[in-house]
Amino acid sequence: MITFGSLFASSWPKIFQILAVIVIFFGFYGIAFAAGARIKGKKQNSLAIALFLVPALILVMTGLGIPAIQTFLESFKNADSSQWVGLKNYSNAIHDPDIRLAFINTISWVVICPVIVTALGISLATMLNKMKREAFAKSLIFMPMAISFVGGSLIWNLMYAYQEPDRAQTGLVGQIMLWLHIDVKHLLLWSPWNNLFLMVVYIWGFTGFAMVILSAAIKGIPTEIEEAAQLDGATGIRLFRTITVPMVRTTIIVVLTTAMVGTLKLFDVIHTMTGGNFKTDVLSNRMFDENFVYLNYGRGSALAVLIFLGVIPITYYNIRSLRLERKH
Amino acid sequence: MSSKGHAANRPFTSPIASMVVTVIAVLWTVPTFGLVVTSFRKKEDILSTGWWTSFKNPTFTFDNFRAILFESGGTVGEQGMIPFAINSLAITIPAVLLSVGLGLMAAYALAWIPFRFSDHVFYGLFALQGVPLQLSLLPLLTFFATGVQLFGHTIFPQLHIVGTLASVWLPHTMFGLPLVIYLLHNFVAALPREVMEAARVDGANHFEVFRRIVLPLSIPAIASIAIFQFLWIWNDLLVALVFAGGTDDVAPLTLHLANLGGSLGSHWENVAPAALFSIIIPLIVFFSLQRYFVRGLLAGSVK
Amino acid sequence: MTKVFAHFTACTGIKIAYEGTDQFETLLPVRVKGGNAPDIAIIPQPGLVTTMVNTGKAVPVTAAVMKNIDAYYNPSWKTFTTVKGKVYGAPFGASSKSLVWYSPAQFKALGVTVPKTWAQMDAIAAKFKAAGKLPWCAGIESGAATGWPATDWIEEMALRELGPDKYNMWWQGKLKFSSPEMQGVMAKVASWLGTSAQVGDLQSVATRKFQDAGVPGLKDGTCGMLQQASFYSSMFPAGTTFGPGKDADAFYLPPTNTKFGNPIEGAGEFPVAFSKKPEVGAVQAYFSSPAYGTERAKLGGWTSANSGIALSSYSDPVLKVVAESLQAKKGAIVFDASDLMPTAVNGAFWKEITKFYAEGKSMKDVAAAIDSNW
Repeated sequence: MITFGSLFASSWPKIFQILAVIVIFFGFYGIAFAAGARIKGKKQNSLAIALFLVPALILVMTGLGIPAIQTFLESFKNADSSQWVGLKNYSNAIHDPDIRLAFINTISWVVICPVIVTALGISLATMLNKMKREAFAKSLIFMPMAISFVGGSLIWNLMYAYQEPDRAQTGLVGQIMLWLHIDVKHLLLWSPWNNLFLMVVYIWGFTGFAMVILSAAIKGIPTEIEEAAQLDGATGIRLFRTITVPMVRTTIIVVLTTAMVGTLKLFDVIHTMTGGNFKTDVLSNRMFDENFVYLNYGRGSALAVLIFLGVIPITYYNIRSLRLERKH
Repeated sequence: MSSKGHAANRPFTSPIASMVVTVIAVLWTVPTFGLVVTSFRKKEDILSTGWWTSFKNPTFTFDNFRAILFESGGTVGEQGMIPFAINSLAITIPAVLLSVGLGLMAAYALAWIPFRFSDHVFYGLFALQGVPLQLSLLPLLTFFATGVQLFGHTIFPQLHIVGTLASVWLPHTMFGLPLVIYLLHNFVAALPREVMEAARVDGANHFEVFRRIVLPLSIPAIASIAIFQFLWIWNDLLVALVFAGGTDDVAPLTLHLANLGGSLGSHWENVAPAALFSIIIPLIVFFSLQRYFVRGLLAGSVK
Repeated sequence: MTKVFAHFTACTGIKIAYEGTDQFETLLPVRVKGGNAPDIAIIPQPGLVTTMVNTGKAVPVTAAVMKNIDAYYNPSWKTFTTVKGKVYGAPFGASSKSLVWYSPAQFKALGVTVPKTWAQMDAIAAKFKAAGKLPWCAGIESGAATGWPATDWIEEMALRELGPDKYNMWWQGKLKFSSPEMQGVMAKVASWLGTSAQVGDLQSVATRKFQDAGVPGLKDGTCGMLQQASFYSSMFPAGTTFGPGKDADAFYLPPTNTKFGNPIEGAGEFPVAFSKKPEVGAVQAYFSSPAYGTERAKLGGWTSANSGIALSSYSDPVLKVVAESLQAKKGAIVFDASDLMPTAVNGAFWKEITKFYAEGKSMKDVAAAIDSNW
């Protein structure tokens, strides 16, 4: 049996640590703001930048910027980074049939998931807007967001569980197929559809995010605009198409981008549900395997760089539209 | 929006929309519901029949929960699941505080303080969102463990934090910042220019504008982004896997859950209640803060 | 494990902090590369030991450990972790992979006894089939390492068909997977544990967790025999009794011919030091000593190749038999071949053999794909 005393003894240093971080953070910036408020003139700009922006920049550069450069260099080295090998890792990646498959799978993830997630998100947000029990329905759909992909994968493993047709099914999907007189199948082995079943886990987990953000944006549409459109006779789908979508365009792009970058990097679902087997591998999982299972840092880094290259067009497009935004 | 019965206010006609929404809400809930039911079933039942059959002759039990929460040893760890929940909190709270706190200030600086490379910094931060997390794990861990040496000189000393909670929440802060800054920037940049300029004319400097105007106006955005950060960090496996070093002392719930699910065969009688336990705190956080969503994350960005 | 450490701490004042994680293979290289290596890592794969030695951070064993190795172990043990003439791993726990688990009650019901030859084993399998049951249990799912149990089957067959010398050439890369010899071996495995008549639906084999392969199948009689290492005993539910006539038992996987005697495929763990501190050497020496082994063996669920441990320390009859065979100082003990191969080849071996079960890829294509990783 576990006693309260032993739990407390092991927990209090951790709780103390949480409090310490809170006190230090607010203490530091409390003093900084008190002091900063007295400074006038040109000097305050540089001081504000130093206190507002520089800490975040240092953290981001240490955590992402510099490591990214290191990884770029590693991608031209051999498995244990002791020798330069030129483009060998890249040519390997292109010629390996498994990696090529992972490439194709990744592309289908990046194309299919964000579109479905965003489309579902905006439709749900629009339909739910001012509906009865809106908050309740939203909470149900958002709930998977609160569940880790580890937990989500376990939940869907339970849904997809397979037993031979002559035994009682323990997976609900299998049982439904049985009720509908469809041959019960190993859903996670049924290539290429198994990729779709894995995507379901992601869509299930991420739609809530899209819905909540888009819903917030829709509620921000000024009433006058909507009413003016209604006076012009716009209702239903037309109102949705001519007013709602254009008005929340920026938000749609935010959601699409977040989902695209998220799917490019996604690995938890694949890692926990199929381990990249059964023709479901994606680049980020393969990269994890190369780095941490086969211990080939060169190849792993090369895949990381390839993923990054895939992000560039998305980033470029977004920066272009951001530029227009920032102009005014 | 004062008018009642404003059917035209809803772009889709109500009955169909209600039906579609209901169907989706049910579909979205069934898998989790299956987990809930499973976690109350006996081991033999879980392995031999589907959870939906258990309503015909219910034999539910609380034993599974007692085992993972209050019993020690075996598959659930020396002290049950509660210490892992504390670890998760001790990782998540500092990381959320720092990433949202620093992120908001950075967003303000990029939106309202004019300086030469403002645009470049902003686009650079945005581009870093695309850096796959996996590629910075090893260099960052090396940095934590050995510091930075150049030509035999220590440029940055070794941080003695590897295997501590700080070594987990610090990377989370770093990895979370670009997205937080981007999302908050959208919000902060959309604050009414007139209000900001009026304050400036009154002689308020950046520190005062931030504290008196930006901070209070941003509460809804802060709350909603804090929730997302909380959920993402709470639910992370990869960072914890690498930076927590796999020790029970700092391992969060997800890591423990992955171990339960991965290494012990089909122990659904432990895995199901453990998974349920791991989602309780995020759900509490979400439900207690969700009213902020209504007021609007990103609401300001619509022009 | 920690129970035994307490005794050591009481004697020497050295405290041992043990961290366990199932992400070990993932984490260790990161931590070693990141300069955050533990003092001692207990590594289950010689291939990983070599990788770690190549980082330059590992420390060879001390003279005291060497003395233990020479006094108590079959000489082949030290060869597993010898890199460039130096031994890096002190022996620790060991297990035999050459076992077949079965239910004595089921055997009794069919009127069969433990087989001594492959032909006898085949006859038992035929009886299971005649009784409408699957002769073999199988499951190879194991997360990122899915497929490894199937690599063991190929290893067992290679050892029996080709003998220890060819076996060693194989894991060293001198005998290709696509060589006629290895193709013969793989074809034999395909007909032994690669048909639905023998193991049931092949795709189910690929998705069934290895831990669940024989539990509860062996007991409730859906399948008859399970080829799996001695550590599988810990997968049975608490309270299971082991031994002939008890709940579960295991026998030595018989040879397919008489040419090579009764060779054993072993596996084991090797504590490797990453620090020259004297207390680290002391702990390593302690791990390889009969004193530690005897204490640990008494706790059950663990076997060692240390011949200084009295067989009476093992209370479990199955483990006693395993320990006895591992203690033999003469005779062929080979190590799990896939664990000896370079990590990239090992990984490809897992992945490709999984495709044989999941996608119906031919053994010939499997072999070619693995070979391309050398």
